[in-house]
Amino acid sequence: MGIATYRPAPPSGRPIWVGWPLALRSRGVHCLVTTSQGRRLDLFEYQGKQLFARHGIPIPSGEVADTPQAARAAAERIGGKVVVKAQVQIGGRGKAGGIQLADTPEEAEEHARNILGMDIRGHIVHTVWIESASEIVKEYYASVTFDRSEKKPLVMLSAAGGMDIEEVAATEPEKLATLHIDPLTGFHAHHARWLVYHAGIDQGAQAGVVKILQQLYRAFTDLDTMLVEINPLIWTASGEVVALDAKVTIDNNALYRHPDLLELQQSVTEDPQERLAQEKGVTYVKLDGDVGILGNGAGLVMSTLDVVALAGGRPANFLDAGGGSKADEVVAALEVLLSDPKVKVLLINIFGGITRCDEVAKGLLTALDKLGATLPIVVRLDGTNEDEGRKIIAEQAPSNVVVEATMLSAAERAVELAKGV
Amino acid sequence: MSILVDKNTKLVVQGITGREGAFHATRNKAYGTDVVAGVTPGKAGQDVDGIPVFNTVRDAVETTGANTAMVFVPPRFATDALYEAIESGVDLIICITEGIPAHDMLQVYTHLRRGNQTLIGPNCPGIISPGQASVGIMPTQVFNPGRVGLVSRSGTLTYQISKELAVLGIGQSTVVGIGGDAVVGSSFIDIVGRFDEDPETDLIVMVGEIGGNEEEKAADFIAEHVSTPVVSYIAGFQAPPGKQMGHAGAIITGSSGTAQGKKQALEAKGVRVGTNPTEVARLVQETLAAR
Repeated sequence: MGIATYRPAPPSGRPIWVGWPLALRSRGVHCLVTTSQGRRLDLFEYQGKQLFARHGIPIPSGEVADTPQAARAAAERIGGKVVVKAQVQIGGRGKAGGIQLADTPEEAEEHARNILGMDIRGHIVHTVWIESASEIVKEYYASVTFDRSEKKPLVMLSAAGGMDIEEVAATEPEKLATLHIDPLTGFHAHHARWLVYHAGIDQGAQAGVVKILQQLYRAFTDLDTMLVEINPLIWTASGEVVALDAKVTIDNNALYRHPDLLELQQSVTEDPQERLAQEKGVTYVKLDGDVGILGNGAGLVMSTLDVVALAGGRPANFLDAGGGSKADEVVAALEVLLSDPKVKVLLINIFGGITRCDEVAKGLLTALDKLGATLPIVVRLDGTNEDEGRKIIAEQAPSNVVVEATMLSAAERAVELAKGV
Repeated sequence: MSILVDKNTKLVVQGITGREGAFHATRNKAYGTDVVAGVTPGKAGQDVDGIPVFNTVRDAVETTGANTAMVFVPPRFATDALYEAIESGVDLIICITEGIPAHDMLQVYTHLRRGNQTLIGPNCPGIISPGQASVGIMPTQVFNPGRVGLVSRSGTLTYQISKELAVLGIGQSTVVGIGGDAVVGSSFIDIVGRFDEDPETDLIVMVGEIGGNEEEKAADFIAEHVSTPVVSYIAGFQAPPGKQMGHAGAIITGSSGTAQGKKQALEAKGVRVGTNPTEVARLVQETLAAR
């Protein structure tokens, strides 16, 4: 299974100063979250830390800032050395210069000025997290993931923190302890002790880690997460065990029972089509080609992308109008597709089950009327009310709409048209 | 013959008075499925197209002898409905509902796998044994009685492939949609195993997609335990990592769960994998002819 971490590689040489175990006060917390299309909600580090704090997991005291001046003010309130951390949902922010130590509030302001607006592998930094620093004695790793293969939660603990856990598993397996948990009987202290002893956690830190593992598992289940990860989990010079980073992924299907988390869903995705799709409630993923694709049902849409690629074309997107698409949904979907200037040709591939082809045809006509699109549109309608649907298009659609009989021929035609345009 | 649903299926529909529940229960009945009961709390005594409604699944099972339950209950009530179905003692539960929290399903799954009952779904289109019974939301017109068993994580893709088979005059013994969620009650292995034991299934079509490793596990299982020929299709070669492609379970994490990896795992075990639905149908035709 894949385990993503977004902690930078451990620094070499001088000891780094990060983290101070005080309860987090949620001052100035913004609602900045991007959803990874569909049903998972990835939180930013500072949001994850806030949730950890609610579950009793010690975290450094800190504040969010979105201007250099705010960063300076935050550093003044926190006092002492602080760390300025870019809030992005991608790994490698340390290497990219997105994490900086500041001795003074002036320095914090300067770092924030450099980090805000930074592009870290396509992710623009809009927010920084300013947190109190302290000396690290040791870095560990702890996580609970949803192991879909075993259909059980998987708890992992390692004495080698601050690095990619997959690398630890490959190179130093003796430093990684893993344990599957029965979801009906839950996680108990003896599980935590087993992990601590087998991961080789230093004796002085063992009690603290045992406690945090139990709190982390509770957070995993109580918050309906697919992943909670602390990397690194640090043992400080003052003998405490503290979460220095937080990665939390929430199961969107469970958001109805977490109204507080629902607020975090107010998304700021950068991409205009993805944003529009979100507003319209359309399941959409942007790709980088020029053949716009609309289909019904996730499997059929994925298959359509593959068939377009096999025909030599490049799909511009994944868009599932849903298993029971009505005319309105088709209109919304087309609005999203047509707003993408890269799209040269549209391919509409519908297999009517619950979806009725005549509804799709009507939606297409309405959308064309409303949006006045002139680009070539290839339509393939099959299944429930296919004859009615094809008839509507044949009789009423403008000349840029062509009908193909099969999925393969429709894909080939669309690719041909995209190359010719 | 067939697997899971047939002429002996006696179906109780949970959530029968809802819009979707009523629509599909009626359609299933019209297809010939023996729909013996429906359940909606507080609506006992009513009927939907002649199907009697009960307050609880237990009442329905005790009165009608239902052996199969179909769950059409909205997601936030579906977990409760699943436990109610399990406790009623029915042999088979088919959950159509999409959007059930993953942690709930983890618990339902763990509980259920300790007993002998079978769960299909959630987030699935159901099961059809053409000419015998249809339980779920599949468009029945694309299926014909025959000797190919089809199991899939995707609804519309199942219809597409069945249509391609129909063009070649090939029908199905049973078609099972196992669902697109990360945790589903029955895996490819469970269903492929059942098809392998069915004397009237001559070939199995397994339709997978990106995410998880159930296709890879099925590849090993097929090589070790299955004598019926298997043809496969995998959707999602163009899917980028980290993005969820509609289904909750369709997400590539790190380097695992890719379509290419699944195709290679299957081919390494001698399973032929078609590159598109049309080719899958052709491979089925070829394999059947070579028998």
